[in-house]
Amino acid sequence: MDLSILFVQIITGLAYGMLLFMIAAGLTIIFGLLSVVNLAHGALFMIGGYFTFTFINQHLNFWLALLISVILLAILGMLIERFLLNRMYGKELEQVLLTFGLIFIFTDLVKWIWGSSPKSISIPPLLDASLTIGVVTFPVYRLFVVVVGCAVALLLWYIESRTRIGAIVRAGVDDRHMLSSLGINFKLVFAGVFAFGAGMAGLSGGLGAPILGLYSGMDNDVLILSLVIVVIGGLKTWKGAFIGAILVGMVDTLGQVWFPSFSMVLIFALMVFILLIKPSGLFGKGVDA
Amino acid sequence: MLKLEEVHTYYGNSHILQGLSFSVSEGKCTALLGRNGAGKTTTIHSIAGLTPPRKGKIYFEETKIDSAPPYRIARLGIGLVPQGRRIFPSLTVKENLTMPAREPRKQTRDKKWTLDEIYELFPALKEREHNMGNQLSGGQQQMLAIGRALMTNPHFLLMDEPSEGLAPVIIEQVGDIIRMLKENGLSILLVEQNLFLACSVADEVLVMNKGQIVWQGSPQELLANEEIQHRYLGV
Repeated sequence: MDLSILFVQIITGLAYGMLLFMIAAGLTIIFGLLSVVNLAHGALFMIGGYFTFTFINQHLNFWLALLISVILLAILGMLIERFLLNRMYGKELEQVLLTFGLIFIFTDLVKWIWGSSPKSISIPPLLDASLTIGVVTFPVYRLFVVVVGCAVALLLWYIESRTRIGAIVRAGVDDRHMLSSLGINFKLVFAGVFAFGAGMAGLSGGLGAPILGLYSGMDNDVLILSLVIVVIGGLKTWKGAFIGAILVGMVDTLGQVWFPSFSMVLIFALMVFILLIKPSGLFGKGVDA
Repeated sequence: MLKLEEVHTYYGNSHILQGLSFSVSEGKCTALLGRNGAGKTTTIHSIAGLTPPRKGKIYFEETKIDSAPPYRIARLGIGLVPQGRRIFPSLTVKENLTMPAREPRKQTRDKKWTLDEIYELFPALKEREHNMGNQLSGGQQQMLAIGRALMTNPHFLLMDEPSEGLAPVIIEQVGDIIRMLKENGLSILLVEQNLFLACSVADEVLVMNKGQIVWQGSPQELLANEEIQHRYLGV
């Protein structure tokens, strides 16, 4: 393979990995605090993309459309947590049925509102360019997505380790009842964390739309990969999701170039390999019996 | 200040508190004694809102709190030092103290607690402020649990077996701290298995059995009453 093409594929893999990271990080943070596997998280990603598409069609610029989509997704996440999930805490089977049901509702709503034919969003003009370094030409938008993913990781690190909100969330993961006995309304924290996770899924959906396009069923594609990332990285740790997402993004992209028929098999082989070496995932602290 | 009227609390179908009634006066330390399974911790959990009663009323400074969520009860000025400390292991010692920090709900003669004052009271916590919460000895964790509750600047403190699992010399320190808190104007409900610690700090002693108060009196009266000690406390 040409060195130039290899570098472009690496950037494409990293960009895809960063999009997956933004979804998987929300998924794992929600799981860590609320003990809920939100199977509808992929659908929130998809809706984020379609919202951005709609606002751009209403002649808003890409960035404003993306911002509004993120806010709307955060509100949607808060509504899901307050009015639906709120009744299901501690009931794993009901949570699975609810979030699985939401996938069908959201997928059908997307088909009803936007139709079944794929849609696409143009890359914002500011980033619709290429950057040539030596003999290699990089697509600027993909580089930008990598930078945004790294910035999100930095932001998460800062919030988690340097702010009171981060300490409250960590304490809530440890012992939510003790947290409540110290005067913290953990239901509000739950709603806030779910909204944050949904907003990140929306951000990923909007940012990813110019690269991946929009189609009904894209939610399942990213959900499966996000769940693999969460397992590879270790449950309840977004840092694991960051490394896991880069690995999965790279294996998926390079796999599709070199072994197009086996790219999905390679991802699951990677997961099996990592779990054999470290059953709790790369950054996982342990597995509950 | 705190009043329980005919409180009935259940764990599933188990009827734990069976019509519990008592009150704690402002500025006093009241000790709640009894054997394992008497319902002491359930009493603390019922007051704190962690196991709300099915029947009966609990008042804190004229406010009915028996159906309020735990965070609202805490914000009214009730601090909790729980059994087993329940320190947050993912937080550093300093974060365990600063995360729940709150101003007092109202201006009282009670001392206002800040991080510096907690460090002054427990210098060992200052030395280990960057350690994680679970990297402390049992005694230090107990100090941290007390400090964490004080950082919410409560007017009333619920202490559930603060001497549990501690060396005798540390238990003496815990006793000194409780006396100091009382002198600073804090009202305290102390659940204890250690009769001598409880009697050395309390103004009044309540003895529980099968979810009810079966004896009430001063520490001196309890220490002189061997029959009550033998029948309900197994001494």
